[in-house]
Amino acid sequence: MKKKIGTSVFLCIMLLVLYLPIVILAVYSFTDATNIGAIRGFSMHNYVTLFTTPELLEMIGGTLILALGSAVLATFLGTIGAIGSFYSKKKVNAAISTINQIPVINADVVTGFSICILLVVVLGVSKDTFVPLVIGHVTLCAPFVYLSVMPKIRQMDSSLYEAALDLGATPFGALTQVVIPQIVPGIISGFGLAVTLSLDDYFITTYTKPATFNTISTYVVNATKGSQTTIKTALWALSTIIFAVVILFVAIVNFRTVKKEEAQDV
Amino acid sequence: MENTNIIELKHVTRSFEDGFNAVTDFNLEVKRGEFVTFLGPSGCGKTTTLRMIAGFDLPTSGEILLNGRSITDLPPYRRPINTVFQRYALFPHMNIYDNIAYGLKQKKTPKDLIEKKVKKVLSLVDLEGFERRNVSTLSGGQQQRIAIARALVNEPEILLLDEPLGALDLKMRQEMQYELKDMHDKLGITFIYVTHDQEEALTMSDKIVVMNEGRVQQIGTPEDIYNEPINAFVADFIGESNIFNGIMTGKCKVRFGGGEFDCVDDVAEGTHITAVVRPEDIEITAPEKGIVQGTVTNVIFKGIHYEITVTAGKNEYEIQSTKNAAVGNRVGLFVEPDGIHIMIAEDHTNVFYADINKDFRLEYNGHKIETSVTKIITGSRRLEDGSLVDAQGDVIDLNRTRIRVEIQPEDIEMTDEQDTGLVQGNISNLIYQGDHYSYVIQTDLEQDFVVYDEDLWNMGDRVSLIMPLDKMKFIYNRKK
Repeated sequence: MKKKIGTSVFLCIMLLVLYLPIVILAVYSFTDATNIGAIRGFSMHNYVTLFTTPELLEMIGGTLILALGSAVLATFLGTIGAIGSFYSKKKVNAAISTINQIPVINADVVTGFSICILLVVVLGVSKDTFVPLVIGHVTLCAPFVYLSVMPKIRQMDSSLYEAALDLGATPFGALTQVVIPQIVPGIISGFGLAVTLSLDDYFITTYTKPATFNTISTYVVNATKGSQTTIKTALWALSTIIFAVVILFVAIVNFRTVKKEEAQDV
Repeated sequence: MENTNIIELKHVTRSFEDGFNAVTDFNLEVKRGEFVTFLGPSGCGKTTTLRMIAGFDLPTSGEILLNGRSITDLPPYRRPINTVFQRYALFPHMNIYDNIAYGLKQKKTPKDLIEKKVKKVLSLVDLEGFERRNVSTLSGGQQQRIAIARALVNEPEILLLDEPLGALDLKMRQEMQYELKDMHDKLGITFIYVTHDQEEALTMSDKIVVMNEGRVQQIGTPEDIYNEPINAFVADFIGESNIFNGIMTGKCKVRFGGGEFDCVDDVAEGTHITAVVRPEDIEITAPEKGIVQGTVTNVIFKGIHYEITVTAGKNEYEIQSTKNAAVGNRVGLFVEPDGIHIMIAEDHTNVFYADINKDFRLEYNGHKIETSVTKIITGSRRLEDGSLVDAQGDVIDLNRTRIRVEIQPEDIEMTDEQDTGLVQGNISNLIYQGDHYSYVIQTDLEQDFVVYDEDLWNMGDRVSLIMPLDKMKFIYNRKK
């Protein structure tokens, strides 16, 4: 009995450490407090500011478009990379997998900085074209897509592709009609990963973004340094919304897998 | 004259980058409508050959002709050949209808015709009304039928089947064998079937191609292959058989396995032969009526018959009989002349079996052969508790494991000094072969050895055989 109480206490402490900061932020986002401290009263003004300030809306919209756009590109590149590597000779496959690992392990600062040097300094591409920014984000995300697609290709019965060819499909037809549908779960999770990575990224963005453009990450860092309290507290609201969306997403995904398992048990 | 061969393989060889030859100089002609089976142990190259016919693998050299025209470099999707895969390879994201219709859709067949054909082929495999079902809701046997239907709906000129029944249980497998045979007869499509199951091959085929280590061993009808195996491998692989090395001792007389038998093959006296006797062809008699006398050492009841092991001297006979025998009984063994199949030995390699003793040394005739067992059995090692395990980690039972030893006739030396050799015996036959004599030494262990020697010895001389360690080749065969 004692042991049980011990484990529950431990679990509660861990959960508090993990979630209390976010809960505090969420609570404060619904008040008129200007600092984390005394609460004078309940208020929705943070949310009003968030959704009425054009600067904030523009920044959020830009971040989302960048995330989705670079995720689409990264998913495409990562998927065809994984398929190509899988159907290559063993040595080529091993080499590609190793090369793919490096950007994953490498520090983002280094990736961001080196892309900046190559594109902006050496090749003279203007940051204002968004090209360095998009390339930077795709570079960040594509290896992760590769990593999430690869296991699905490995799991796939290798004779499926041959069966399609055998039945008269061209290699391209077999790829699009048979192989891709088999690895869709990997592609989707790779896409999801790419979106979150792009949303989260700070280092690559700071090195490659146009001067007037900000993503949530770079904006938050700058805003916390500044003195505009209305904007600062509005960011509490933004954090709370992001957190709520994540919880909703995870809950839906988990609910669906549970349902699927139940269906398989029957 | 019209060429009736639907497919021909000419000198087809497939070698891999590491120098391994999966298939070597494969030649085969298949007539339209035949049921041909590639039979062999795993790794014998049968599946590789099938893959080359399908177009998934390309021959390193050689040619594949379809209706007299080369298809050697044609990609699989341009060949009028369809395959039933070992693990079915149904597309899990499509329902049954879409799976079967896939090939027809690639050919841009009109929709209503596809519908008609799918319906027809589903009734052929007895799965009417399964169109909307999902692949995952089907049993293994049903999936297999769908895989066959998916291939047949394209009306291929040749249907390739890669061990299609391997994943099914025994009962299901037998049922499917008859059904496949039935489909073949009904449709008239050429079937090329790959299996390692000899019974399956014998039941279904018009023609069997027995393969081993990438080479064709024998091509023939099931009866030919069973009754007239061309070499020891085929005899051993097809059905149960007793295989002995022996020598012709007279007109239609042969000595092997510790006795002299009459046989129907008229082979020149003194020729080295391999004799094959099917277990069902050996008759157990009273000791004095048998050609060979022995003791019953094992009896297993198998339902339709008893499997009886008789040990006669150093030789073991496997016998199938409907009559029971008691272990320990002294019996005679008799074989009718036409029950003995004689194959002229391709080479005169001496083969004998050595035991492994408690010290993990090889032993023959009470003499040690100084070589390491772990070197002979690749991947094997000795554990701390003293047992020997193979590469898979399974314990090797020393009492039941024997090592096959091979030595060439020119590598054995004969001597008068009886104690110096590995085994002793008397010269029972000699032939002059141009620059040397070929001797047959009948040893005390009832094993005949062939020895080439430039000097002349006399018939009946008692000699001892010296076998240099570096000339002996050791082979470990994993026994069930």
